[in-house]
Amino acid sequence: MTDTDELQTHLLAAIAAAAGLDALEAVRVEALGKQGRVTALLKTLGALSPEERQARGPAIHQLRESITAAIAARKALLEQVALDAQLASEALDMTLPVDLPAGGTVHPVSQVMDELAEIFADLGFAVATGPEIEDDWHNFGALNIPDTHPARAMQDTFYVAQAEGAEAAPLVLRTHTSPVQIRTMVEVARRQNGAGAPIRIIAPGRVYRSDWDATHTPMFHQVEGLVIDKGITLGHLKWTLETFLKAFFERDDVVLRLRPSYFPFTEPSAEVDVGFSVEKGKRVIGGSEGWMEVLGSGMVHPRVIANCGLDPEEWQGFAFGCGIDRLAMLKYGIDDLRPMFEADTRWLHHYGFAALDVPTLSGGVGTPA
Amino acid sequence: MKFTLSWLKDHLDTGESLDSIVAALTRVGLEVEEVENPAARLGGFRVARVLTAAPHPQADKLQVLTVEAGPEVNGGAPLQVVCGAPNARAGLVGVFGTAGATVPANGMVLRVAAIRGVESNGMMCSSRELELGDDHDGIIELAPDAPVGAAFADYARLDDAVIDVSITPNRPDCMGVRGIARDLAAAGLGTLVPLTVPDVPGEGPGPEVRIEDAAGCPAFYAQAVTGLANGDSPDWMRRRLRAIGQKPISTLVDITNYLTVDLGRPLHVYDRARLSGGLVARQARDGESVVALNGRTYALAAGMTVIADDVAVHDIGGIMGGAHSGVSATTTDVIIECAYFAPDAIARTGQTLALTSDARQRFERGVDPAFLDDGLAIATFLVREYCGGTVSDVTRAGTPPVTMPSYAYDPARAATLGGFDVPAERQRAVLESLGFTVSPEWQVTPPTWRPDVDGTADLVEEVIRIEGLDRVESVALPRLSGVARPTATAEQKVERRVRRAAAARGLDEAVTWSFVAERHAAVFGGGDWTLANPISEELKVMRPSLLPGLLAAAERNLRQGSDNVRLFELGRRYLAKDGAPLERATLGIVLAGDRRPRGWREGKAAGFDAYDAKAEALALLAAAGAPVDNLQVMGEAGDAFHPGRSGTLRLGPKTVLAAFGAVHPAVLRAFDLSGPVAAVELYLDSLPAKRGTGFMRPAYAPPALQPVRRDFAFLAPAALAAEALARAAKGADKAAIVRARVFDVFTGTGVPEGQKSVALEVMLQPGEKSFTDAELKAIADKVVAAAGKLGASLRG
Repeated sequence: MTDTDELQTHLLAAIAAAAGLDALEAVRVEALGKQGRVTALLKTLGALSPEERQARGPAIHQLRESITAAIAARKALLEQVALDAQLASEALDMTLPVDLPAGGTVHPVSQVMDELAEIFADLGFAVATGPEIEDDWHNFGALNIPDTHPARAMQDTFYVAQAEGAEAAPLVLRTHTSPVQIRTMVEVARRQNGAGAPIRIIAPGRVYRSDWDATHTPMFHQVEGLVIDKGITLGHLKWTLETFLKAFFERDDVVLRLRPSYFPFTEPSAEVDVGFSVEKGKRVIGGSEGWMEVLGSGMVHPRVIANCGLDPEEWQGFAFGCGIDRLAMLKYGIDDLRPMFEADTRWLHHYGFAALDVPTLSGGVGTPA
Repeated sequence: MKFTLSWLKDHLDTGESLDSIVAALTRVGLEVEEVENPAARLGGFRVARVLTAAPHPQADKLQVLTVEAGPEVNGGAPLQVVCGAPNARAGLVGVFGTAGATVPANGMVLRVAAIRGVESNGMMCSSRELELGDDHDGIIELAPDAPVGAAFADYARLDDAVIDVSITPNRPDCMGVRGIARDLAAAGLGTLVPLTVPDVPGEGPGPEVRIEDAAGCPAFYAQAVTGLANGDSPDWMRRRLRAIGQKPISTLVDITNYLTVDLGRPLHVYDRARLSGGLVARQARDGESVVALNGRTYALAAGMTVIADDVAVHDIGGIMGGAHSGVSATTTDVIIECAYFAPDAIARTGQTLALTSDARQRFERGVDPAFLDDGLAIATFLVREYCGGTVSDVTRAGTPPVTMPSYAYDPARAATLGGFDVPAERQRAVLESLGFTVSPEWQVTPPTWRPDVDGTADLVEEVIRIEGLDRVESVALPRLSGVARPTATAEQKVERRVRRAAAARGLDEAVTWSFVAERHAAVFGGGDWTLANPISEELKVMRPSLLPGLLAAAERNLRQGSDNVRLFELGRRYLAKDGAPLERATLGIVLAGDRRPRGWREGKAAGFDAYDAKAEALALLAAAGAPVDNLQVMGEAGDAFHPGRSGTLRLGPKTVLAAFGAVHPAVLRAFDLSGPVAAVELYLDSLPAKRGTGFMRPAYAPPALQPVRRDFAFLAPAALAAEALARAAKGADKAAIVRARVFDVFTGTGVPEGQKSVALEVMLQPGEKSFTDAELKAIADKVVAAAGKLGASLRG
């Protein structure tokens, strides 16, 4: 065995035995430092003759390379061990809970209003609004409901207290969204100087009646629909309601039944029943196992059209009104009306909708449970 | 309105089944609410004879009977029955309920059972048990020749379905059975039986009747009957009245009630002995009053039409008779009134007095003005038939308004308005079957019993409802070509964005009442609009703010155990401007409970503070498209907020976009809330309108060079708003400074009394080339100078 072999054996053993980076560094200095033994061997090469250098050189260089490589390998290993130890010491309980940003909710009534706006936009209906504290003329008079009409007894109207001796016409909380029909037609007639123009609107909003029991609340939500044009008939009304309800409930088996009825502001008037079927003990819209009344409708009374300044000989159309709360309940399986307005966060979290549940036609206006 | 099938068949000759009649009623617009056959509830009850009656061995008040109930019960063999009725005796024919039958009055199912040790196989029944009357003193006693074994419902002629229809307010004619029959006949369900009007010749002059209020009572016909006896009305009449839920009283009363339902013709009968002088239809005088038949006293006023004699008011015309002259068992002489009262006047009087009656319901809808003579003749005939007596001539005061308008009708309207092309001749037939007269030239006159018909649209409705509204075919609305156009207004888009942004920020949308308690409104400056007839004191004043409803909701949620309430509502505040309602679209937010629950990372729970409210306000204003960077925080958030921990966000000094802050402790107390609550009101209608600039955005490329950050620590007067200092710093060199942000505020050790230390981070953005040291120093000097103007100096 030559001296280089011996040195290599010794150093490799020392490297392998180095337990830490410091010990390894000491080995490196012993071998490759300025005073190192391998360094010393290398220095001897300069004093040798070319022949001797050729004989000794490769062995010494090989020694240096093998020691360098062994140190690097040992170093990488030791570093890995150190890192592993550090990581092991840093371990945390990943089952600990994290704070999610609280998920807020959109109220079912708002969600359904957005759904309605989306569906009706596709049919060319804009969304119109009007005041909730209404004057008598817009809520009753213009709608062909005179003071003494028994129809006024049909709706328990909230009246706004007037100052003693006030001469102004009484103000009411609107009992339906129909005054928005009036405001829209009056505005159109004014703008067009009586010439009229095609109108297609829906008017969702709060309405008020003095009634409070399991199925009535003194405030609730309605959506009004109004189409005024030339040549509009009951047939268009029927199609529109069918189309709307099919789109809203996303079922093609929605069947309507129109029944003659009476509203002072429409003529002919029709109550609309929708067929339901019973699935898992719940009434579900679609099919015709039974009928439930969902909305009132009819052809706008010529007097109402004339009251708004349009010529009923030229313009005619239909109107309908429907409870939004009820639509929401029917679609989303909400059994009780009253919690709608109690703002119980548990209820809101259960029946509410996520911010990103935006109704779209391409995605479907409904939000799956 | 209720009637029975047999009653209907008095007027309608039909072979149709009950089911098809019910379906047709709903189809023509007379919505059937309920159909009930009393016989269905009496299935297990039969006519039975008591054969023997013996004392019960164990009980003094009971008897043991043997009862025979026909071949279908126990094979015709007698049954043993224990009975407690005092009138139970051998030979009595009564009503026997077999085991398995359900007693209508209490829902009890009869069973074979031992009563005090003696087996009983059913029950002999009282009237009350079968819900046929109030009598419970003994068991029913039928005629001795009643057919034993017959189904009791058949024997008692109770097998007569009761139909309850809801009559829309436009159909006075269908407030009588005959009107309903007419509609059904028109719809092809049979033939209308001609009405027989008896001839009742009078003897002697009619009663003295005159009209002073021709507007309220255009016609007043009357006839006297003398020497009559007012006992019980005939069985058939009593049976029908009972079937529809009315209580038979006496023949005279029952006749008027019967005709009200049968023909929709209300009448009134006065006891002539209680009258002084003739009857006059006049306006009531202020201060007059009358005790009505319901026992209540009504204060009358001018404008109300009444019927009076020389002394007192005897009838609130067309609504309810007076108690004083009402008929009784001892009545012998009567005046029968058949009048026409003006619908509007009746409605007003009825509303003022809050008095409803079957008569009012009909008069205010409009009874047939051409049916006074016939109605009176039918009534008088029945009175004479069942009470005897001598009939006077008819006195006729005034003239009923029998002239009907007529309309030039184009049968094409059925198609052009109703969307249902009904052949013209079929339309004529329908209208004529409903009593309309149709001239060959299509001039159409409604019958006198249809005051509701008003114009040709009504004629279309008549045709279509009889032909079948369900036969109208759907026709697609014409639609614009291409993709549907956007329809939402700018305000609607803002509302939608704000709603979804709020939900995305973890807020729950509430919908609370538009009306609040007066005391809660008062906390927010009081409401401008109070309801005259609130449903409760809690829902009385139209809300001047969205916060009362949300605070009350927060309190409920906390009380129910929620520890974190973040509610928002998008709705209106009901304010006034120049005395007129002003409804302002508003977003309200209430944050209560823990902003952050206690946690292993964050430690103790923390409540919401005014800065949380500010963050929500700014975030949602940003979502609404408001120029958030240009907003100024100012004061005057209102009395509902903590005066030192609240503010407004304004665009310019006047336009308030939002108020935010910690809720005032006094307000919290008013809502039973404890602990800090933060709130926001965001005034959506004050947001500046977005100018329509299309979709193109201004050109932009990120700067190539890195920004430079410099920190400044200032000593500033304690009262100086931090934002003012940051704004001043940012404005010190508009070209170079892109941001100035407060990152620390400190008072205490090392900071002189009355001052605070405010640390700003100022960000400089170089343009084409980097800042030189000299430039940086110059900018820093400008920042210090700007701060100096506000009394702030660089900390040494």
